[in-house]
Amino acid sequence: MAASPVGMKRFYGLLAAVAVIGIGLLGYQLSKPATVSIPANVQIDVKDTAGFHGYVKGDADAPVEITEYADYQCPFCQTFATLQMPTIEERLIKTGRLRWRYRDFPLQQHPFSRVAAHSAACADDQGKYWEQHQKIYDGQAEWAASRNAAAMFRQYAQANGLDLSKYDACMSGGIHAGRIQASYEEGMRVGVSSTPTLLVGGRLYQGRLDSDAITRLVDSLAPKTSSVK
Amino acid sequence: MIYRMGAALMSLLGLFVSAYLYLYKIGRIGTLACGSGGCETVQTSPWSRFLGVEVALIGLVGYALLLIVALVALRPDQVERRRPALLLAGLAAGGVLFTLYLTSLELFVIHAICRWCVGSAVIIVTTLVLALLDLRRLRTASA
Repeated sequence: MAASPVGMKRFYGLLAAVAVIGIGLLGYQLSKPATVSIPANVQIDVKDTAGFHGYVKGDADAPVEITEYADYQCPFCQTFATLQMPTIEERLIKTGRLRWRYRDFPLQQHPFSRVAAHSAACADDQGKYWEQHQKIYDGQAEWAASRNAAAMFRQYAQANGLDLSKYDACMSGGIHAGRIQASYEEGMRVGVSSTPTLLVGGRLYQGRLDSDAITRLVDSLAPKTSSVK
Repeated sequence: MIYRMGAALMSLLGLFVSAYLYLYKIGRIGTLACGSGGCETVQTSPWSRFLGVEVALIGLVGYALLLIVALVALRPDQVERRRPALLLAGLAAGGVLFTLYLTSLELFVIHAICRWCVGSAVIIVTTLVLALLDLRRLRTASA
């Protein structure tokens, strides 16, 4: 039985109203700044564990390796990254005595830690991990106090010359969420409970080691005379 | 007639839900309005793709097809014809089966529930019920 012309008119009017509301809501969502959240309760794949063991800096044949478990929003990690790391890099990493491995250990109390770690992971996809890593730590005071840290990370990505369309897709897809969670779980397994924590030769060093202390540690593990290249 | 109108309306709603999830997947929307982490867990899982295609895109195309068929079925020359009703029911049944597969993945593999996916499931089941009621109407009318 066919509906009356008035009934059909009303139906098409309703359909058009729903379409306008739907398009309006989608338009509103598209116009909002793309805030991002990276979930913790994420599925961890083989590529997040077997295929990934942290971000490495330094000579593959360096006699000593230090693994740092850190949180981008942790103030101590920030001072370590900005004040101690430049010296460590000049003195130990660039001279081939030390290889540095950075692993994410995002603490629950820091709301932007995972987003920051994910931003750096997305930069890694484009070969700019350490550039993004440094900018995130350098700008910690700024983004940690902001309401939309993800937007600031995006600015850093732009300043680092990343392809923003690829970066945006990476961020909103949360494609490295599993990698971050896998790093965190590995840290828990080896006994990390605070950040920054350094793992050197199977021993954990918690608290604020400075560049001199780390130099002494490397000296003790691989005397300079026998290992300098 | 009213069943086909309902099916068209449901398909339009499903189209917007799929479009929202697809825009999230391609990075145009930062976060999903979800209320729990379930949506992002599901949407970032490996099962958010089916045979290499985003599930949200499959939903978008599926609902668009349903909407087109439902609107064609509402044309005066089609209202009493059985073929559009069969096509509508067939498409909706396919959608329900696919939804069952996806929901089982959420429950038993991913262990997270995406509320938007639940919304889509309600929409596609309602569309199938309306399509079946339309088929029954035609059978009764021809009897």
